[in-house]
Amino acid sequence: MPEMATILQQAQRSLIIARKDIRIYYSKGPVIIFGVLFPVFLFLSFTIGRQLAIDFMIPGLLGMILFFTATSISPIVLPWEAQARTLERLISCPVRIETIIIGDILASFAFGVGISLVPIILGLFLGITISNPIIFALAVILAAFCFASLGNVFSIPPTNLPATVNMIASVVKFPVVFISGIFIPLDQLPAWGQAIAYISPLTYFTDIARGCIQGRGHLPLAVDFAVLISFTALFVLVSTKLHQRTMPRRI
Amino acid sequence: MNDDIAIQVVNLTKYYDELLAVDHINFTIRKGEFFGFLGPNGAGKTTTVRILTGVIKADGGSVSILGYKAGNLKAKQIAGVVPEMANAYADLSGWDNLMLMSELYGIPPSEARERGARLLQDMGLFPRKNNLVKTYSKGMKQRLILCLALVSDPEVLFLDEPTSGLDVQSARLIKDLLQNLNAKGKTIFLTTHDMDEANQLCERVAIINQGKIVAIDAPERLRIATSGIHSVEVSFDNMVSPEVLANIPGVNTVRKLGDKYRLYTANPGKLVVSLVNYSSSHGLEVVSLNILVPSLEDAFVALTEKGAKHA
Repeated sequence: MPEMATILQQAQRSLIIARKDIRIYYSKGPVIIFGVLFPVFLFLSFTIGRQLAIDFMIPGLLGMILFFTATSISPIVLPWEAQARTLERLISCPVRIETIIIGDILASFAFGVGISLVPIILGLFLGITISNPIIFALAVILAAFCFASLGNVFSIPPTNLPATVNMIASVVKFPVVFISGIFIPLDQLPAWGQAIAYISPLTYFTDIARGCIQGRGHLPLAVDFAVLISFTALFVLVSTKLHQRTMPRRI
Repeated sequence: MNDDIAIQVVNLTKYYDELLAVDHINFTIRKGEFFGFLGPNGAGKTTTVRILTGVIKADGGSVSILGYKAGNLKAKQIAGVVPEMANAYADLSGWDNLMLMSELYGIPPSEARERGARLLQDMGLFPRKNNLVKTYSKGMKQRLILCLALVSDPEVLFLDEPTSGLDVQSARLIKDLLQNLNAKGKTIFLTTHDMDEANQLCERVAIINQGKIVAIDAPERLRIATSGIHSVEVSFDNMVSPEVLANIPGVNTVRKLGDKYRLYTANPGKLVVSLVNYSSSHGLEVVSLNILVPSLEDAFVALTEKGAKHA
């Protein structure tokens, strides 16, 4: 069992790695613009002309933006580092593999939370009200961490080609968006559609957001939070354990 | 464990699928020793360094660094590493790279700034410290990598081909710094292809071939141990084909080196007479003629070729 001092030291080094990732990989104009524009255009292509209310649109748009941004860069940080030959240097530092992975997840989490402010501010400007801001903020934070961890799971295969990792990520990300109650609310889905929706973590965040903004969540809040926490724990566990096996094969 | 030992490698083994990359190797390095690790490409040098620095795990055997198991946090904390073909972060400045590394080693900021500035000055990088690394030349990048390895003031330094492909000035600067560090008592583990470098810097060298250690000794002793191999270097005023020289009695092997030939023989005195006779009988003038004692390179070639023949 690691000592508390070691855990704190490694947590601090995860933050240092996260700050490094944000400076190098996230703080670039094209990354930020693409992080906002891509989900916005994808969302608009499915909603324009359908006469939808703004309080219906904003939770879906927020869910999409949070999901796409938090999973956009984290899968390709390790392939980039391996390609740029900076990874071996990083692994030889006094940090554990889990420390590097948590650092990468934290950077992606911060990016997701930061970009998600765009649709929230847009919604508030257009007149939506958030009935329970604390629950809503907790849901954004938890979902961003959950999706960032999922993004890190995509980079487990030890390929150093970002295009390959992106392809793996896209195969999962696009179907998830269509089954998560973004375009059609959960209570309007048939039973088989709901059964599929329940395997997506995005479903539970969208449900909380609809509850807070539209006042009509489908599941109890406690269930939404419990499932999101479970998905997060699963993704973090899978990511840290499997990266320990595959990380040395990237070198 | 003996207090005088810096690195102890016992029965170290590593497989890549079916390939036995490191084959039950053993060696011990004293504190303050400058140790060279030589071998042809694919011999297992980089794999060994990566196990020693905790980047990959061994399949068998054990490694301890100043008493700590290789790969654990304490072993990493006391080691500085210059990996083969590593890069600093190109989108950060040299200074920011140094500060990032010092944070990852837990160096207090004031100490990191003071040590970082001194290292950059020693390596001739201080005037460019705020420029992005992507604007640095290859030599500057490699000097910065060495600074990154030294910012934690490590007790043990691992360097994998640190001067490979560098300009003369950068290579000289790095070698001088390594000698100074060793004089201050740092233990240095150097992997290199450059026999002159190993000869100049290392107190002892290990030669690894096909995953096995084939020799460990002081460079001078290795050289003497292979003293059965002599050579004569000769150049003529006209071209002579290597096949013709190979037929001169006493010549074992011929190597062309620019405008010269190196002829390997068991009896250099007799070969000199034969060469003089050959040149006068064929109307050639000898431009230069030198009897060479075996070099570390000769010892390396002899030891690794012997290994290859036995494989």
